[in-house]
Amino acid sequence: MACLVRSWIPLLFLQSFLVAIAFGSNEGEEFSEELLLKPLPDRKVLAHFHFENRAPPSNSHGRNHHLFPKAISQLVQKFRVKEMELSFTQGRWNHEHWGGFDPLSSMNAKPVGVELWAVFDVPQSQVDISWKNLTHALSGLFCASINFLESSTSYAAPTWGFGTNSDKLRYGSLPREAVCTENLTPWLKLLPCRDKDGISALMNRPSVYRGFYHSQRLHLSTVESGQEGLGSGIVLEQTLTVVIQPETTSVETNMQPSWSLSSLFGRKVVGSCVLAKSSNVYLQLEGRLGHESKNVDTEIEAHKLWMNSDFDLSLKPDRVIRESSSLLFIFDIDKSSDSEPFDLGLTWKLPSKWSCEQAPLHASRFLMGSGNERGAIAILLKATESQEKLSGRNLTTDGRCTIKANIFQIFPWYIKVYYHTLQIFVDQQQKTDSEVLKKINVSPSTDKVSSGMLEMMLELPCEVKSAAISIEYDKGFLHIDEYPPDANQGFDIPSALISFPSHHASLDFQEELSKSPLLSSFKEKSLVRSYTEVLLVPLTTPDFSMPYNVITITCTIFALYFGSLLNVLRRRIGEEERFLKSQGKKRGGLKQLLSRLTAKIRGRPIEAPSSESPAAESSFLSSKLIFKIILVAGAAAAWQYFSTDK
Amino acid sequence: MAEEQNKKPCRFWIWASASVVFRLILISFPGNLNLSSRPEVSTPLTSIRRLAEGYWLKQASMSPYAGSMYHGSPLLLSVLGPLTVQRIKGQPSHLLCSLVFVIADILSAMLLRGIGQKLQMAYGLNARLLGFLKSSRDKVILPCGDIAALVYLWNPFTIVSCVGLSTSPIETLAVILALFGAVTRRVPLAAFGFVMATHLSLYPATLAIPMIILLGYGLDAPPIKLFLQTRSVENEKSSTSTVTKQAKSKQTTHLPFLWKTVMHFLFWVLLWSLYVLVLCALSLNKYGGVEEMFKRTYGFILSIEDLSPNIGVFWYFFAEVFDFFRNFFLIVFHVNVLFMLLPLAIRLKHRPCFLAFVYLAISSILKSYPSVGDSALYLSLCALFVNELVDMKFSFFLFCGYLGISLLSPVMHNLWIWRGTGNANFYFGNAIGYACFQIVFVVESVSAMLNHDRALRRSSSNHGEVNS
Repeated sequence: MACLVRSWIPLLFLQSFLVAIAFGSNEGEEFSEELLLKPLPDRKVLAHFHFENRAPPSNSHGRNHHLFPKAISQLVQKFRVKEMELSFTQGRWNHEHWGGFDPLSSMNAKPVGVELWAVFDVPQSQVDISWKNLTHALSGLFCASINFLESSTSYAAPTWGFGTNSDKLRYGSLPREAVCTENLTPWLKLLPCRDKDGISALMNRPSVYRGFYHSQRLHLSTVESGQEGLGSGIVLEQTLTVVIQPETTSVETNMQPSWSLSSLFGRKVVGSCVLAKSSNVYLQLEGRLGHESKNVDTEIEAHKLWMNSDFDLSLKPDRVIRESSSLLFIFDIDKSSDSEPFDLGLTWKLPSKWSCEQAPLHASRFLMGSGNERGAIAILLKATESQEKLSGRNLTTDGRCTIKANIFQIFPWYIKVYYHTLQIFVDQQQKTDSEVLKKINVSPSTDKVSSGMLEMMLELPCEVKSAAISIEYDKGFLHIDEYPPDANQGFDIPSALISFPSHHASLDFQEELSKSPLLSSFKEKSLVRSYTEVLLVPLTTPDFSMPYNVITITCTIFALYFGSLLNVLRRRIGEEERFLKSQGKKRGGLKQLLSRLTAKIRGRPIEAPSSESPAAESSFLSSKLIFKIILVAGAAAAWQYFSTDK
Repeated sequence: MAEEQNKKPCRFWIWASASVVFRLILISFPGNLNLSSRPEVSTPLTSIRRLAEGYWLKQASMSPYAGSMYHGSPLLLSVLGPLTVQRIKGQPSHLLCSLVFVIADILSAMLLRGIGQKLQMAYGLNARLLGFLKSSRDKVILPCGDIAALVYLWNPFTIVSCVGLSTSPIETLAVILALFGAVTRRVPLAAFGFVMATHLSLYPATLAIPMIILLGYGLDAPPIKLFLQTRSVENEKSSTSTVTKQAKSKQTTHLPFLWKTVMHFLFWVLLWSLYVLVLCALSLNKYGGVEEMFKRTYGFILSIEDLSPNIGVFWYFFAEVFDFFRNFFLIVFHVNVLFMLLPLAIRLKHRPCFLAFVYLAISSILKSYPSVGDSALYLSLCALFVNELVDMKFSFFLFCGYLGISLLSPVMHNLWIWRGTGNANFYFGNAIGYACFQIVFVVESVSAMLNHDRALRRSSSNHGEVNS
């Protein structure tokens, strides 16, 4: 017994210690899940899943993680990532209808395919190596070909055009990458409840990928703890933005479709993820300005807000808060259970129309020219309706009202851009560079080595209707091995990023509830950005089937050149031959000397070359033959000797 | 007779000025008739568009070689660069550059004429020495200088590369300047032309051999043996003493090689190349210096990085060849340019100008980025030897070949690049045809020149026999 007790005591100690560690780390680590639903003006519904996972400074709690994915923390520690964002997107964000001037769009409207950027906390010389390793690690982690971003021809180091001023920033994107469920599954694995429980259980693959737009994003940032020697904590923010068209039965075209969570996703929320600190669902309705008073204190008024002549909510919101033009209904899903699943529904009763706030300028990009030799890229910035409202904000020192627009663009090396052909048109009139171009930074591409990058800052007058930038390029010709398997499909030019450095989007709900990570991220001022379309450039292809023919034909040409020219040079006509022979006879050239020498060695009288007997000739020939045979045999023996020696 | 001689230069000037007027008319068209985008006209090395890009980069305080756009000389950049941005109101933007190229063309033509006149004089002198002019009065010496200059000025290839804004007229001018200097024995000028030509396009470096021979032995002449023969015949006639005969023959077996002039030339080459290098280093001071320049110009030429189509055969070859063999074939092809230098120099050492023509033609065939400007140069040099090459075989066939190629090339390019109905083999087949015609041209011209020498020998020996 005593011995049993003795063996128990250390075990107990160990257990209590482990529990302490577990609870200790649990205190630091926080996970929250949120879902924002938002009806869009064009009869679609936006669902924005937001998961945030915070890990405390690594040194304070050791390397054990309770909730935080170990793969990510190892990634951060290994590659010294200061900040990183990876997004997988399919579809294109419709800036006109889905908004361009709110934090949601400026953070979650991403270019098609994979986009990755990272800021490192390593010396300048090691940034590229870290980037390469990071791409490989992420590629394995997310089952995507992110490792293609490793080569220096596919990424760039923006200085200021990207919005983040850092010389340790690397940016790359893969427009061709097909995003599908094999990328979502590893992404979900990073969540503590995966897609088994809580809000993430809504992510029914067919309904997510049926949508018009889906973008899954992973944002990592390290937070300095402030204390010496503690290291830094990590904030992992995972979002999935889906735009879905609800199935509607009503025939009225101007009526907004009614929907519920189960009709959108085919599933209902059954309880929250038990590991989450908070699980909330928000419903944001925009453009509800006129008919409500400022304060929503009384119960009746609150009731009016969610059950009125316009629309009905199937569930009673826990709270309602409002920003300048939008209403936010907050639901807590903790109360839901198996018997009473959370299934939020919105039923419209009257046709409703509103519009989203848009970025000051709407950007689009297109190719000009035809044929496979050259072309031009044009970026068109068009004024949007919201511009009048915004225009007053940006007065320069001399009283002129201007809009600043940053354009950041990566060109693959096979798009050989002529930067001197940059032309800027404002309202169809060509402007000189000094008038509108505030800053420009160019890093030209080097063939097969690095991609080109263009960053420029335009300062346009506020009353501008349209601005166009065009730049000419030559299409490169690649080696056959450099073409992808479907070479005739064309090559993609990654999206250009247009950002407005003097415009910041933020939604401030003025609530103490700002401890909700989603709302607090909305509260932060975020740069207004929009990505343009991906361009598909067809490149000329060589004939892939006949490298051998080309090699042989070209070599034949060379043989023709060499052979025929040499033939012409050494050809002598009969007359000259005779002349040379007679010369030889007269003066006795080297040949005669040689024959005299051989004759002396053999001890025979000198033979006149003209009267050579056939027998002598044959003997001479045979000696020559023997000499040749000996030479070849000697060479073979030497070769054998040296090759076996090795 | 005298009237005719007066008339001829007059006619020459009319035709020359007509060609200049023709050029001026062509360059005043807007958009260069799209010639500057033709791969036959502007290569990555000679395209003025790339030069403008290099100049823009330099103005933006970047290295002009940043990116893979500009691969030319930094000196050319500082001369032509400002002209690419300056515009005269109401005129096409490229006008100033085009004017420079027109002037370069006129200068080249005038220098060619000078070379031709020298060669014509030498030909006449030699013919008189060998004594066929006495016997065959009817054989007229053609004014090869005028012919060459007019061939140069009216060659469609020259016009196209002058109007099409490629820098090849300037490269041509440098080459012709070098030859002119050597022919007129202006050693510093020859060295300057040689250094500039080599600096601009590397391949004229092979001209060192003909220029040294030219300066050492003098102008093109029939082989020295002929003079020996005629002299020995004369000697036999005049004196019977064997001693003097032997002494005389010994004296003339070797033509005196002017070591002093050649050394002078080499000294000047050294001086000019130092000067050019210093200038380049100064203009590229902040951007990697001369080393960067060599890497981006000569390195670009030698490693054939740009695989965009041109009328040569290398682009397609290196687009298709397996990476493993790339270096091997690079070496083989470049060595091919050098391989025939020595045999040709031995066989044609008595005709240095012709040797220079053959070298230029060969480098035009085997260049990494050939353009029609190179053909224009060697075709007009060929016209300097009209007297010798009258019996050239296949000349009509070759003429038709060149014509056909220059008509088919745009068609094939259009089919492949613009319409997408043809594939790369169409254009490459055209390039192969062009290479073949050029090879036949070179081989035939060399063979015609050797035959001409043979014919001279035969006739002179006949002549001697007749005389004796």
